[in-house]
Amino acid sequence: MGLIEASSRKKRVKFVLYVLIVIMTITDIVLLGRYLINGKNIALLNPKGFIAEQQYSLMMFTIATLMLIAIPSLFTLYFTAWKYRESNTKIHQATKSKHSKYLVFTMWLVPTVIMIVLAVVMWSGTHKLVPQKQISSDKKPLTVQVISMRWKWLFIYPEQDIATVNFVQLPVDTPVTFEITADDAPMSSFWIPNLGGQLYSMTSHVNRLNLMADTTGDFPGSSAEINGAGFAGMKFTARVSSQDDFSRWVQATRQSPEVLDTKAYESLLRPSEDNPVVAYSDYASNLYDRVVIKYLEPNDAHGHAE
Amino acid sequence: MKEILIGKLSKQALPHEWFTIGGSVAFLALALLIIIVITRKKRWKWLWNDWLTSVDPKKIGIMYFIVGGFMLIRGGLDAIMIWLQQALGASNVPGLTGEAAHGYLSADHFQQIFTAHGNIMVFFVAMAFVFGLINYIVPLQIGARDLASPFMNTLGFWLFVGGVLMVNMFFLLGGEYAATGWLAVAPLSEKAFSPGVGVDYWIWSLQISGIGTTLGAINFIMTILKMRAPGMTLLKMPLFTWGSLCSMLMAVTIFPLLTATLFLLFFDRYLGTHFFTIMGGGNQMMYTNLIWMWGHPEVYVLILPAFGVFSEVVSVFSRKAIASYKSAVLGMIGVSSLALSVWLHHFFTMGASANVNAFFGLMTMLIAIPTSVLVFNWIATMYKGRIRFDTPMLWFLGFVAVFAMGGISGVMLAVPPIDFQLHNSLFLVAHFHSTVIGGVLFGIFCALAYWFPKLTGIKLNERIGRKAFWFWIVGFCMSFIPMYLLGLMGATRRLDHYDSSTGWQPLFILMFIGGLVIATGAVLQLAQILASFIQKKKLYDRTGGDPWDGRSLEWSTASPPQFYNFTSIPIVTSRDAYLQMKLKGLTKPKFEDIHVPKNTAAGIYISIFGFLIGFAFVWEIVWLAVASVIGIIVVFIVRGFDEHSEYTISSHEVQNLEQERTKKDMPLFSKNNNDTDEEMGVWDLTKYLAFFFSDIIRKKLWHKW
Repeated sequence: MGLIEASSRKKRVKFVLYVLIVIMTITDIVLLGRYLINGKNIALLNPKGFIAEQQYSLMMFTIATLMLIAIPSLFTLYFTAWKYRESNTKIHQATKSKHSKYLVFTMWLVPTVIMIVLAVVMWSGTHKLVPQKQISSDKKPLTVQVISMRWKWLFIYPEQDIATVNFVQLPVDTPVTFEITADDAPMSSFWIPNLGGQLYSMTSHVNRLNLMADTTGDFPGSSAEINGAGFAGMKFTARVSSQDDFSRWVQATRQSPEVLDTKAYESLLRPSEDNPVVAYSDYASNLYDRVVIKYLEPNDAHGHAE
Repeated sequence: MKEILIGKLSKQALPHEWFTIGGSVAFLALALLIIIVITRKKRWKWLWNDWLTSVDPKKIGIMYFIVGGFMLIRGGLDAIMIWLQQALGASNVPGLTGEAAHGYLSADHFQQIFTAHGNIMVFFVAMAFVFGLINYIVPLQIGARDLASPFMNTLGFWLFVGGVLMVNMFFLLGGEYAATGWLAVAPLSEKAFSPGVGVDYWIWSLQISGIGTTLGAINFIMTILKMRAPGMTLLKMPLFTWGSLCSMLMAVTIFPLLTATLFLLFFDRYLGTHFFTIMGGGNQMMYTNLIWMWGHPEVYVLILPAFGVFSEVVSVFSRKAIASYKSAVLGMIGVSSLALSVWLHHFFTMGASANVNAFFGLMTMLIAIPTSVLVFNWIATMYKGRIRFDTPMLWFLGFVAVFAMGGISGVMLAVPPIDFQLHNSLFLVAHFHSTVIGGVLFGIFCALAYWFPKLTGIKLNERIGRKAFWFWIVGFCMSFIPMYLLGLMGATRRLDHYDSSTGWQPLFILMFIGGLVIATGAVLQLAQILASFIQKKKLYDRTGGDPWDGRSLEWSTASPPQFYNFTSIPIVTSRDAYLQMKLKGLTKPKFEDIHVPKNTAAGIYISIFGFLIGFAFVWEIVWLAVASVIGIIVVFIVRGFDEHSEYTISSHEVQNLEQERTKKDMPLFSKNNNDTDEEMGVWDLTKYLAFFFSDIIRKKLWHKW
């Protein structure tokens, strides 16, 4: 008797120890997780723009729907595996499974239904959130022309007649159309995670990305697609400010001594890494259009080194 | 003159950076060691006759495993190097070496490493193991003695080895590797932006091994369709064979596309054409389309055999037939046919119209249906079973959790507006690692644990195997859950440095530590194999080839099977053919004459010439390319005139061989009473190895060698 008691006490101690270890591990993970994400800009979960918010809610809906099928399935799977373990002799052990038509039917029906729901939401969401579509607003939309180069972003404000490198300022609650192209650079991708999804920039193409910020602040932007050695440093800041601040900034930029004439553009086009922010009070006429047509002209017109 | 002779080759091409020098020295030292051992042991003839020139799919399968295993270590080291750079890559940390502004690698070097990592893991690890498994197992499962074309098989394998050599050439010879990402997306891979030889190495390593893959796939399809044992209809085939068939049908469909795309890129780089350039009317979007038309189905080529493996393992370890065989088959066919029309989801962000994006999003989501059906099928199979939890089953249970993570993130990425946010972020990277590690790699580990007794006659050490499994799972969570988080924070992939103000560094460090945990798991797996061989006597499979109470025909043969697989071709009456035979009572084999293909070295020669063509074009040595093409043609002609490519073993000889085999196996089958100790643990193995090596040093055993 004594022996059995001792062994059961040992078992109990072991059990308590296990529980303690599990609790400690979970606490550790939670604390570590808190430390890792605390105070950081989880851009996709903190949308600051009209488009980003809709993309966020679509993402949350999708995750929720998928969890609806994934969590019960995973639970069933592990529970079944545990319940029908070989050492569990108490339960009825069937060696042959009966083929059930209902089972097969359910197996196909459940994921089909979930996917139909998701597909309907996806289809309408894709059409609603097509990046080329102008955002309707009572404010006059702003156009910003974007040229990706090795390895920096050039922003041209055709209505304000100014240009900037690696910095873009936007008025809050105003629809913005980014007209994205590239010059002498491989495919890059224009992305401001807090404001909304990305689009590729390609030579001779103009990709239109419509975004609208609804909170002021500085948001990081980058090239999401690899385009060479300076890729990681190809970052810019998107500053969202009030309309007044924006106008003041435009006025200040117009006073800048730097001018983006053809010569300055040529030197800007040369590959450079971690390019500093530059503001130009003026730029060569038709600069953007010339960049776009450049690659449509017959070969060797511009003597690209190939 | 010099240019004609050696093209662009110069001293500059020789290794001159610390990593290439280190790599070359390590490679050469290893090669030298192997050469010395083989020469001392007088094993060259054995190596050449029994292995290198062999056309036995079982031997070729094992050679695939060996090459794949080495490449797994190579690709894994790349992964650790990538993680280390990113852990150190915060902008407030000064560069550690002269070449690096951040971390310890320059941006260019870092990009070469992740490119090589991707190529090696997909082409030379995952593909190697999948092809190895199909080679070894499929003929056994369908009751065939060999593949439809044994020569094509060895040729395919050696072309694959040529690709492996080519991808590692920049180590051996120097130069550089592509710094473009694993698919070398144009126009970045064009001469204008990547003038070095890196992309050329990339093109030719994929080209050579890709042609090998096409040949292999054709061969497997012919084998499965034409060489099944009498009575085995398509719907009586084991599910691994089904998975392999679907996968190989896809491979035949897509690999020619890869070959063509690579040729177009090669023309652009070498002849100055303008298929994908930014100037002269080239269309860069065309490359992205073409490469993903191949690239997306490629991952399904890898996953389908893994689905097959899991289906078999669940069924065998639950001691039940698969719940709905037809659903499983339909699921695999569904996955393989849908996978051909989803490629555009890799570039929703290129700016296509809403209808185009929505269509490809829809097709992508549809794939989730057959995949879920497979999972439900496995649950239903386990239901009311008697489940054993040996390591193959553990890998399966781990696979489901990790793959579910990958599946959920995959469906999220299939929704274009969400993809605009997640594309090219670390979230995407975490997604495909969840599917490829969770699905393909765990599938391979599961298959190796399951079929290892068939390959060697020895069961794997379970104790160390379990530890390895847990290290993999914990390490995976540690390194890839932070990666999902980083993606949500807006971290793009392929960053060699980042702003310290983003606060990403702790997450990157955690990822690196997770990588070390995974590496420990991999080391434990090597220890597991070593320990199994050390305790060979104890772990010897005494059931005579059927350790798991198997259901399909491969378990009806000896372990390892004779080179002719079956003494007499089995007659199949139902699914789970071997189980039925066991229930009915096994009959004594009848002996019959067997035709066996002769060994041939033609595959090796062709592959050498193929490799030389690639090498010649990388360094622009025209005469060598021309000579190699002629060489290939000559070898083909000579081989074509060889009418005696087969020989016959008479029934009498077969009988003798079988008796010899039984005599050899008998002492191993009888349990050795002295050997009652437990399976080795990690500590036991360490002690054993310490004694082993100290013995060598004390007794100066090397003199004997």
